[in-house]
Amino acid sequence: MSIAVEMRNITKSFPGVLANDKIDFVVRNGEIHGLLGENGAGKTVLMSILYGLYRPDEGQIFVNEKEVKIDSSATAIKLGIGMVHQHFMLVPSLTVAENIVLGREPTKNKVFLDMDKIMDEIKDLCDRYQLEVDPKALVHTLPVGVQQRVEILKALYREAEILILDEPTSVLTPQEVESLFKAMRTLREQGKAVIFISHKLKEVLAICDKITVLKRGKVVGTVEANETSPSELAEMMVGREVLFTYEKKNVRPEKAVLRVENLQALSDRKLLALKGISFDVCEFEILGIAGVEGNGQTELVEVLAGLREATAGNIYLDGKQVTNTSTSERIDLGVSHVPEDRHKRGLILDFSVVENLILGRHNKPPFTTGWVRLDFEKASDFADGLIQEYSIKTPSKDTLARYLSGGTQQRMIVAREFSRKPKLIIASQPTRGLDVGATEYVRKKLVEMRDQGCAILLISADLDEILGLSDRIAVVYEGKIVAIRDRSGASELELGLLMAGGKSD
Amino acid sequence: MIEEKERSEPKVKQLLRKILPRVKSSIRGALPQIIAVLAAFLVGAIALLATGHSPIDAYSALLTGAFGDVFGIGQTLTQATPIIFTALAFLFAFKSGLFNIGAEGQLLFGGFTAALVGISFNNLPVFIHLPLALLAGALGGAFWGFIPAVLKAKLGAHEVITTMMLSYVAFYVTGYMVNYPFKAPGWVAQTVFVAPSAELPRILQPTQLSASIIIALILAGFIYYILERTTLGYEVRAIGLNPSAAESGGINVKKGMVLALVISGAIAGLGGAGEVLGVHRRFIEGFSPGYGWDGLAVALIGGLHPAGAVVAAILFGALRSGGMVMTRVTGVPLDIIFVLQALVVLFVAAPKLIRYLLEKGGLKWWK
Repeated sequence: MSIAVEMRNITKSFPGVLANDKIDFVVRNGEIHGLLGENGAGKTVLMSILYGLYRPDEGQIFVNEKEVKIDSSATAIKLGIGMVHQHFMLVPSLTVAENIVLGREPTKNKVFLDMDKIMDEIKDLCDRYQLEVDPKALVHTLPVGVQQRVEILKALYREAEILILDEPTSVLTPQEVESLFKAMRTLREQGKAVIFISHKLKEVLAICDKITVLKRGKVVGTVEANETSPSELAEMMVGREVLFTYEKKNVRPEKAVLRVENLQALSDRKLLALKGISFDVCEFEILGIAGVEGNGQTELVEVLAGLREATAGNIYLDGKQVTNTSTSERIDLGVSHVPEDRHKRGLILDFSVVENLILGRHNKPPFTTGWVRLDFEKASDFADGLIQEYSIKTPSKDTLARYLSGGTQQRMIVAREFSRKPKLIIASQPTRGLDVGATEYVRKKLVEMRDQGCAILLISADLDEILGLSDRIAVVYEGKIVAIRDRSGASELELGLLMAGGKSD
Repeated sequence: MIEEKERSEPKVKQLLRKILPRVKSSIRGALPQIIAVLAAFLVGAIALLATGHSPIDAYSALLTGAFGDVFGIGQTLTQATPIIFTALAFLFAFKSGLFNIGAEGQLLFGGFTAALVGISFNNLPVFIHLPLALLAGALGGAFWGFIPAVLKAKLGAHEVITTMMLSYVAFYVTGYMVNYPFKAPGWVAQTVFVAPSAELPRILQPTQLSASIIIALILAGFIYYILERTTLGYEVRAIGLNPSAAESGGINVKKGMVLALVISGAIAGLGGAGEVLGVHRRFIEGFSPGYGWDGLAVALIGGLHPAGAVVAAILFGALRSGGMVMTRVTGVPLDIIFVLQALVVLFVAAPKLIRYLLEKGGLKWWK
């Protein structure tokens, strides 16, 4: 089949980082091509170059075997390249149709929107690619999976022949992923070239024809999907075998550390986000909370950490009632929290490593005996210890957290929270956006803490993570827990259904 | 003797070697500000030329007026003193993420409470009366900071609005007080003189420079220490940089904000007390020609660092005191001083422009 895109010898450096190092990359028409690699491997940079967001320092790009210079995304679109970003670029208050045509609206007399023509065109488009969506619906009322479909339609409306999907599955339910894959197959049948950026091995294997693996800005190799295996790909990605299963000590948990009864709370928009949640977490146990994002997980975590008010219900810690006590009281009682958004809640990016590592302890001995002097020498020694123990890769302990990689930042949070000898760890999306190495590290640490007797509440949108780590699994849907299963009695299919609001039988 | 000298020289060199890189790096850090000031003077020179004045004459008169003799220096520092306080006040609140633009009102109110204590006692010893009056000033300012702080914490009222509005309230409330209940005999709306035991000593006669400048300088060091070396400062900075993360770390964000605004008010109030007890020796209606607003600009020009605030305040003081001399000697209108002040602020507020100029100028080492 004909070559849709060829990138030759692409090099791109940023201050201090060689993001792309002499990359060769070929995609053919009618092919789904996976671009696989850890975070920071250079996938997104390479595709941003193709889409005209960055200019390469060196190298050539050929589209349909003609050399092109792509100096802006407008040029890229003209050349038939479309990109669906990780974060959608939609106007929430406009309708699907308005979003799709935005920027090249068909008009009557060059003034008035030609709504009839728009509707016809979009209907055609939907039929041709079998992407179902209501053109009159307001975008903000649509589930994430449908919004993504709108993004794809937007690109197709601009006559994209080459479609780049940047980590499209990270926000979807298993069912939504299936329907995305179906759409991708349709696109392939129509002769489009689809580039699928991901770091999830299973998905890449399930959908792609060819897979190119990047590592530290270089191409490790391109393989046929049906001639490779997960372990081979994983090895290409990180250069070693990756652990997928975690050995856990066999303990029978007895004592409940956290008990939650009929908990209710409001969301930021003052809607009831938690509609009466009850569960408990025991020592030596990981309770996984599975669910699509936005079903009350954020609110649950914040209520448990003392960051959001509970409007009803009770929280007990070691049998002690702690509902609506302050965050610092809960820290003192042994609650550690790995927040879902490490930039927003986890770290103070303009604080140094030392300053970040003492957060939550800064007002306690040995760092201070009161309000007055904060002993930065002791803090510094303490930080040295954690940097060693948790192998935090930082140029110095005075470096601002902002300049460290995502994985290192998460290690800092883990070091800070786990070194407190907590009784309960609330870990919310603890491996989000981390590369394989860092993910494995965080997961291993969680299991280690569990084996030492810690009670762990694990909230994750990644079902594999929940299945791999949990002793028991609760599924949350629209602010309620719809099921709690022992790990042994849980199947991926059933959980996926429950997460999507279906019944389990 | 000679031996001692020889031995001591390497020590001096050692010390220099220790200090020099620090000096160098802080100059490098302040380079955008320095360039901004130079740029302002350059543009000011163009304005002077355009209006038919010699910039060299004007600027040299400005410089000698501000620093040429003891009197000039005294005047410069007298003018700078209240601005150091208000700049520190703005800076401290800013570190907690709050935009306290009401230092003017806190300064006025603190000045008034200090004056009250100053005129209310007649036979207290200095070492009790003076500290008491200063404390009253700080508390008055703190109270004027506490009101918007509570409004913010309890009702979510934005501090930019409330602190600014309260500045006007302070102006009129103190104005009423010295027009009616506490008015001294005579035509002017002012209190009677404070008791001698409440006076801050003048330290550079015949200028009005008072010991308030010493308090200001100590305070600048103290604020630096609080921010960088104490638990309170750590919490204040954490709240300012990322309130959500601070909250997750167990810091009481609302309490911290209230405290920061109260302390900010106390700093401004102490500045007001310094003016009342040191310069005027009484509370005169509207004695501040806008020190609160100048403080905001000075804090920004000083790069939101206490030492920078002191230097920038002295620059503003010099412009004011030197400006008078410049007008007298060269006939250049005083307005050029306000043009210069505005230009400095403008250039500081445009760091991208400065960075561009620096890069064009080949000063790569600045990075």
